Amino acid sequence: MSKWIEVVELNKIPVLGSRLIKTRDMDIAVFRGSDDQVFAIRDACPHKGGPLSQGIMHGTSVTCPLHNWKIDLTSGNALAPDNGCSNVFPVKVEGGKVYLQLVIEEAPA
Amino acid sequence: MHKENLVLIGNGMAGVRTLEELLKLAPDHYNITVFGEEPYGNYNRIMLSPVLASEKTIEQIMLNGEQWYIDNGITLYKGKKVEEINRARREVIATDGTIAPYDRLIIATGSVPFMLPLPGADKQGVIGFRDIKDVDTMLATASQYKNAVVIGGGLLGLEAANGLMKQGMNVSVVHLLDTLMERQLDKPAAAMLQKSLEERGMTFLMEHATAEIIGAERVTAVRFKNGTEIPADLVVMAVGIKPNTDLGKASGLYCERGIVVSDTMQTITDPKIYAIGECVQHRGIAYGLVAPLFEQAKVAANHLAKHGIARYVGTVTSTKLKVTGIELFSAGDFTGNEKTEDIVFKDAASGTYKKIVLQGNQIKGAVLYGDTVDGSWYFQLMKDGTDVSAFRDTLLFGQHHLGDSGHNPETRVASLPDNAEICGCNGVCKGDIVKAITEKKLFTLDDVRAHTKASASCGSCTGLVESLLAHTVGGDYSTTPKTKPLCKCTDYTHDDIRHGIIQNKLKTMQAVREHFEWTTPDGCPSCRNSLNYYLLCAFPTEYVDDAQSRFINERVHGNIQKDGSYSVVPRMFGGMCTSDQLRAIADVADKYEVPTMKVTGGQRIDMFGIKKEQLPAMWKDLSDAGFVSGHAYGKAMRTVKTCVGSEWCRFGTQDSTGLGVKLEELTWGSWMPHKFKLAVSGCPRNCAEATIKDIGVVCVDSGYELHIGGNGGIKVRVTDLLCKVETEEQVLEYTGAFCQFYREDAHYLERTAPWIERVGLEKVKKAIVDDAAQRKALYERFLISQKPAQIDPWKARAEGAEADEFTPIMIEA
Repeated sequence: MSKWIEVVELNKIPVLGSRLIKTRDMDIAVFRGSDDQVFAIRDACPHKGGPLSQGIMHGTSVTCPLHNWKIDLTSGNALAPDNGCSNVFPVKVEGGKVYLQLVIEEAPA
Repeated sequence: MHKENLVLIGNGMAGVRTLEELLKLAPDHYNITVFGEEPYGNYNRIMLSPVLASEKTIEQIMLNGEQWYIDNGITLYKGKKVEEINRARREVIATDGTIAPYDRLIIATGSVPFMLPLPGADKQGVIGFRDIKDVDTMLATASQYKNAVVIGGGLLGLEAANGLMKQGMNVSVVHLLDTLMERQLDKPAAAMLQKSLEERGMTFLMEHATAEIIGAERVTAVRFKNGTEIPADLVVMAVGIKPNTDLGKASGLYCERGIVVSDTMQTITDPKIYAIGECVQHRGIAYGLVAPLFEQAKVAANHLAKHGIARYVGTVTSTKLKVTGIELFSAGDFTGNEKTEDIVFKDAASGTYKKIVLQGNQIKGAVLYGDTVDGSWYFQLMKDGTDVSAFRDTLLFGQHHLGDSGHNPETRVASLPDNAEICGCNGVCKGDIVKAITEKKLFTLDDVRAHTKASASCGSCTGLVESLLAHTVGGDYSTTPKTKPLCKCTDYTHDDIRHGIIQNKLKTMQAVREHFEWTTPDGCPSCRNSLNYYLLCAFPTEYVDDAQSRFINERVHGNIQKDGSYSVVPRMFGGMCTSDQLRAIADVADKYEVPTMKVTGGQRIDMFGIKKEQLPAMWKDLSDAGFVSGHAYGKAMRTVKTCVGSEWCRFGTQDSTGLGVKLEELTWGSWMPHKFKLAVSGCPRNCAEATIKDIGVVCVDSGYELHIGGNGGIKVRVTDLLCKVETEEQVLEYTGAFCQFYREDAHYLERTAPWIERVGLEKVKKAIVDDAAQRKALYERFLISQKPAQIDPWKARAEGAEADEFTPIMIEA
């Protein structure tokens, strides 16, 4: 099942910057654009796994800090001419708080 | 939205390039209609010579097939000639009656070969060399006939002659003068070229004027004014081209040699009509090469997209001959006059000739034959007006820049096998690059970088990739634009923007972007870094550094490693340390379980594998022990390397370690255009390797030699001697002044070595050595900028600054 989880206050994410969210089994980068739109993407570049959360955000893309791949934050796709894709997650802002939708697996009994 | 109608007359390179530029800027602004006289899409006309020589196919030189027009919603009327422009009704009319209305019109009708008005010039088998039809005629003739005569020993004539010879014909080249390609070559180079072509079997009739073309229906011979005659089944007239102004003239547009246009590429008669390419005359010049067309296309597109900021100011052109196996380059004024000096290298046996024409230590022109690898470098120096006095004695030997990974200047791209590695950083071979260039139709260095990654990392193979591009696509593409924009978000250069920032007191990135009409709302990783630095440099006490415009290393004051961990390098002034300091570092390493430690080349200790969230705590411990950040991660002052000096060394002449510590205390923390290293050697044995640093001090008995602009990286460059001074105080003042001059003058990401090669050592000497007042002013500004810069970023973060940056959010899911 999936559910919306409150992760951080919007104003705790720098404009054109990101915060790193650590879940039990993966790292997710949450970005904030210049118009306060937010994006969530798995914190691993499709190229060599670089931490996208540490990259420079521009428009709705981020440039990976390791080898300058540019990743579109809306789709997770690498911008041409590079090829690859990283998972993106549904994310929303309500009342100044950022919510992330994650699939929660039932803990094994 | 109502779309305006844009009509292009002429489906050639200039016109279509304008459309391509326009579609990038304003894809939806116009309904576009194109009229082309030839029954094809758009092809690369300058590559017709290789097609004639069977080195390429028509397919390979097509630039935009018909699908491109469909994809971009462009109406293409191919095989339709425009007969009339009705400027009153604003419509164009083709010979078949097709009518297209326009709001804006581009005329790009190109040029026509100049046909000599000789008796018999209308016979079958007498042609020009201009389009695919001419090539087809030549190929068809070659399969049936034997003797070809090419009239004109210029660039085009020789390419045609070479192609026909490759097709098996006996080719004679007729030339009015006694030297070939007199507009591109001087006599010695022309003689070498002629000899080489003769060895391949070409015949030359120099100083021959054609009198008559003989034959019944078809040409059979050519007679000359001296009475002699040679047999001919095909005559190619290649004596020159003239701008095709017929339509312009008929429409009442003012024409001289070409259709006269302003700096915005609008005809001076009618601002709704633009003209571009070879049919144009701009500031008195009608160009017949491709590089100027591309610059013109950019300007016209910018204007059509209603940005209205670009101006065309003319192009300095260079030439390459596209005859396989013959390397030839010329640019500028290569003959010289009484005010110029020549540097000449000639080795007839190896077939190499190089001549550079200098005036006032600036390159005015160059001719290269046999070895043209450095052509684009000379061309750039010429366009930049660089003062070459500092490397004049080695100028002819080229830029030691080309090679497998930048270390082997001898490599020639043409002779390399396909599996030769061109880009050592990204492992890209020649074959990969050539394949990408041909298959993806790449034109520019940026395209090649994007698609192959070649030269996209350290850049040392840029020259090689450019040569490869020139070799694969045709010489004219190699020309680097004279003014390189700061990044893809703007057309303005680094220098334009730096001046603008100071002049207009633009104190925020947003203000800069608005003033210079950026095409992106918040810039890109290239310009954000650059602007942040330029603003910091211009307003050191006012500007608030933008963390999000810094590369991660500078944002978190550590070097990111391949696994996402960071490295920590505390500063050790002058490479000096105490046992207590070493013990403190050892304790920190133990406490944070540092997996790897290393002594760096800059004489300090690097700790690897630190997790980001550990950094502030580790910095606190280091800070408590008296350490500050080493800035090993920044485009900033890195280290001052020293040798032992007079304190212990039996050869030492001065206290090199003491001076090193003082220099590092002066300069640490300073943000620079690129990384910046210093060294102090205690005597000319130079154990601190000071002569490959950005600033190297070499102590001598009578004082201190100051050396600048060295580099030990990709391309080793030995420093230039700036001057000699007598006291330590002078060393500090000159160093501070030099740092500030570099900070204020260089482009972001330009190290001192290429910067000095670009601006010339003389300029630096003038500012620092000759002009005491300027030196003191620079030093003063450096000290002001150092005040905020020397607040230790580690201590600040250990005390809680930017805490969010270092704190991940943990969630239970």
